[in-house]
Amino acid sequence: MFADWPILSLLIWLPILGGFLVLAAGRDAPHVARRLGLAVAVATFVASLPLWFAFERGTAEMQFQELASWIPAFNVNYHLGVDGISMPLILLTTLITVVVVVAAWESVKDRIAYYMAAMLVMEGLMIGMFAAMDAVLFYVFFEAMLIPMFLVIGIWGGPRRVYATLKFFLYTFLGSVFMLVALIWMYIQSGSFLIQDFHALQIGMTAQILIFLAFFMAFAVKIPMFPVHTWLPDAHVEAPTGGSVILAAIMLKIGGYGFLRFSLPITPDASAVLDTLMIVLSLIAIVYIGVVALIQSDMKKLIAYSSIAHMGFVTLGFFLAFYIYRNTGDWEGASLGIAGGMVQMISHGFISAAMFLAVGVLYDRLHSRQIADYGGVVNTMPWFAAFFVLFAMANTGLPGTSGFVGEFMVILAAFKADFWIAFLAATTLILAAGYTLWLVKRVIFGAVANDNVAGLSDMNRREFFLMGVLAFFTLLLGVWPAPLLDVMNATIDHLVAHIAQSKL
Amino acid sequence: MNFEIPNFLPAVPEMFVLGMACLILVIDAFLPDSRRDVTYGLVQATLVAAAGLTLWLMGPDTVLTFSDTFVQDPMADILKIAVYVTSFLVFLYARPYLMERGIHKGEFYILGLFAVLGMMIMISGHNLLTLYLGLELLSLASYALVAFWRDNTRATEAAMKYFVLGALASGLLLYGMSMIYGMTGSLDIAVIAAELTAADDSLNVPLVFGLVFLVVAIAFKLGAVPFHMWVPDVYDGAPTAVTLFIATAPKIAAFAFLMRLLVEGMGPMHADWQGMLIILAVLSLAVGNVIAIAQTSIKRMLAYSTIAHVGFLFMGILAGTESGYASAMFYVIVYALTAAGGFGMIVFLSRKGFEADHIDDFKGLAKRNPWFAFIMLLLLFSMAGVPPTVGFYAKLAVIQAAVGAGLVWLGVVAVIFSIIGAFYYLRVVKMMFFDEPKEDNAEPVQPSGALAAALSINGLAVLALGIFPGLLLSVTHYAIIG
Repeated sequence: MFADWPILSLLIWLPILGGFLVLAAGRDAPHVARRLGLAVAVATFVASLPLWFAFERGTAEMQFQELASWIPAFNVNYHLGVDGISMPLILLTTLITVVVVVAAWESVKDRIAYYMAAMLVMEGLMIGMFAAMDAVLFYVFFEAMLIPMFLVIGIWGGPRRVYATLKFFLYTFLGSVFMLVALIWMYIQSGSFLIQDFHALQIGMTAQILIFLAFFMAFAVKIPMFPVHTWLPDAHVEAPTGGSVILAAIMLKIGGYGFLRFSLPITPDASAVLDTLMIVLSLIAIVYIGVVALIQSDMKKLIAYSSIAHMGFVTLGFFLAFYIYRNTGDWEGASLGIAGGMVQMISHGFISAAMFLAVGVLYDRLHSRQIADYGGVVNTMPWFAAFFVLFAMANTGLPGTSGFVGEFMVILAAFKADFWIAFLAATTLILAAGYTLWLVKRVIFGAVANDNVAGLSDMNRREFFLMGVLAFFTLLLGVWPAPLLDVMNATIDHLVAHIAQSKL
Repeated sequence: MNFEIPNFLPAVPEMFVLGMACLILVIDAFLPDSRRDVTYGLVQATLVAAAGLTLWLMGPDTVLTFSDTFVQDPMADILKIAVYVTSFLVFLYARPYLMERGIHKGEFYILGLFAVLGMMIMISGHNLLTLYLGLELLSLASYALVAFWRDNTRATEAAMKYFVLGALASGLLLYGMSMIYGMTGSLDIAVIAAELTAADDSLNVPLVFGLVFLVVAIAFKLGAVPFHMWVPDVYDGAPTAVTLFIATAPKIAAFAFLMRLLVEGMGPMHADWQGMLIILAVLSLAVGNVIAIAQTSIKRMLAYSTIAHVGFLFMGILAGTESGYASAMFYVIVYALTAAGGFGMIVFLSRKGFEADHIDDFKGLAKRNPWFAFIMLLLLFSMAGVPPTVGFYAKLAVIQAAVGAGLVWLGVVAVIFSIIGAFYYLRVVKMMFFDEPKEDNAEPVQPSGALAAALSINGLAVLALGIFPGLLLSVTHYAIIG
């Protein structure tokens, strides 16, 4: 019944217009801004549910399509649609935005209406990016979301916020402009900006490699991969809690989504040639960044590095496909790796959001993110400690939590490719356990470290609700990932079948 | 000798503007200083009426008149309308600035109107001499405008510089034109093109020589590197109200000038001028964007940004395709709109005895007036080419033209420099939103009614055209391709 409704347009424009409404109505009335912001976020989330329930499993076709002419001179259309890859990411976006809006309730004091508006506008732009079927439309949303994020970090961020936000903007901008040239080149070849027409384009090897590198610049910065990851720890440390959550839970996924939507299907031959490079970079992210995370003294920085390591799993899963095919001659294992990467992205959306929120909970109370300032928090905040330990376990990939499913699938796929890749990938289980559990030990357990910690009060209902929601999804996905896999399977099988065809 | 009465109809807007300019000149002489608003109102009304006339006469055909020295075609009509709109905005922004400084004189508007007339003739010129006359009318009016704040020594210095270099450029232009006349035997654009097509392909040295002089003169007028030295000095030295004028509408006319001379006249020599424009484009992109970073004066910063924009403009033209010309036309209109807003913001922040021409003066604007900080944010992101503002589509269009002409490397160069460019625009955004206001400049500011409305519309237009870019792009495609 929902198939003909313009749900995707609603999901894009409701939060954007709602954001401006919040700005107009709540500028001088913080409580209005909060309530209206929450209402818009919840309404968007509710409006996104039909996507899940009315989504037709078992087909790789784009669903909920909308088409309108937009820039006739360049054959650019307002063309929306979702498949099994983008739909779960849109739901993740609408859910996380509700969490972020609630999280800002008391912790953002300055210019709350602007904050709410920025978050809501960003939500609409991110959904638009996931839903865009036209490359220019995709690019517009992809770039436009930098503006609210730039302002969020710059206005509500920490002491070095200006440095961090400029670095964030320029890095991402640097990556994406090369993609723009690649998109234009493909438009000249195909006469259309439709992404699916790009998929069908026959491209020579040199051009494929150049296009692949252009996409790589855009998405590797976003996800981020070693060695272009350095903006992320800075941005995370300086961003306000909500900004960190959006950044970690959704923005990083855009890089992964881009690899699946553009790099693999458009340049499969270049991907096959360059997959060793991608695998090596992913392994460096997993191992080296894991070690770097060990020595962090700032909680947010630690989680930021852990995000990079976890995203290494995503890119590893995606690019194992060709390696497995070369080794085994069949594409079975390839879908496993890609599906594992997707599950890892969704799961990391919940876990990293929760970890950043947990740091936010502590920061709101003591205004410090230094691990050394804490210790023995369990004595004063038992509920908080319980949640923190749960998410820490999920972060290390404990079976039963969502963190386990994706990592397990990717490692399984890695075994089909090469023992040593699997071996190195599996070290994450040790490293992640190392840095996360050590963090838990230093912050949560032990004797009460100082008077500040002794004076802590446990989570209030609002914080409890946030943690509870994220814990629910982390566990649900951990014990019953089948519904998510059902949604993605057809699309991933279609993708694998597509990349199996040479385009030379 | 028989004399045919020419068809006056295509030139009715020009004749109207000329008549009104002369009339207002007389009326203004009888007005006391307190009633300069009458002059202002008349000039604005003239622009509106001229727009009405142009719209009324608009048609899909190319009409030649006055022995083929004057042309009316869709490109001319649309560019003229863009000139009227930009000039209207400019006069509106300039008025409060002039009043606060006690230089609210009729000359400003009347000279402005003559400059508009010069631009219209440049846009519709179909003969080397008509084009030259239009250019000179515009230039002389502009020199006088820069100098018209008599007591201001910096403005006078800027005017001298502008005049000397402008005269040099005009000389080069005439020299080039004379060579082309010598080789083709005609001043008529269409005849020149026909002669060049008929000529054999072997390299014709005097023709290429003439072409070089034409390109240099155009580069001078547009401010392309390495002929850009005057731009920052004049933009910085001139009163902001005048900078506002010379930085916007004349660029539209210069685009038309370039189209008539290089594309319509020297079109058969595309292969020759393409290389020259590539060099100018790359240098302009590089020098404009890099030097802008080092500026502390926002007027100089915007001047270097203009130089970079000229580089982008050339990218569309040098592609040598119709869609490339349409992209360049789109680019120049978008540029004029955005630059008008940008300089308009400086006017708005200035007050008597205080020129807001330092980048620092934008510090904390988000606290002093959040709405106009947002408007400036839109304008800056549009200049940087970040979607969803219209500047992005302008860059998209010209890069597409270059890539379509097989110049992928030029597209890559352009985007690299646009990243560098993004930095200095972002720095202003940073000052507005992330910094506290300066102590001596911290009071809330609110522009007067008309200025506030026009600036808001200007800024929102940049956003609206970015969300719905199809219409303006279709218009420019129609103007060039039909």
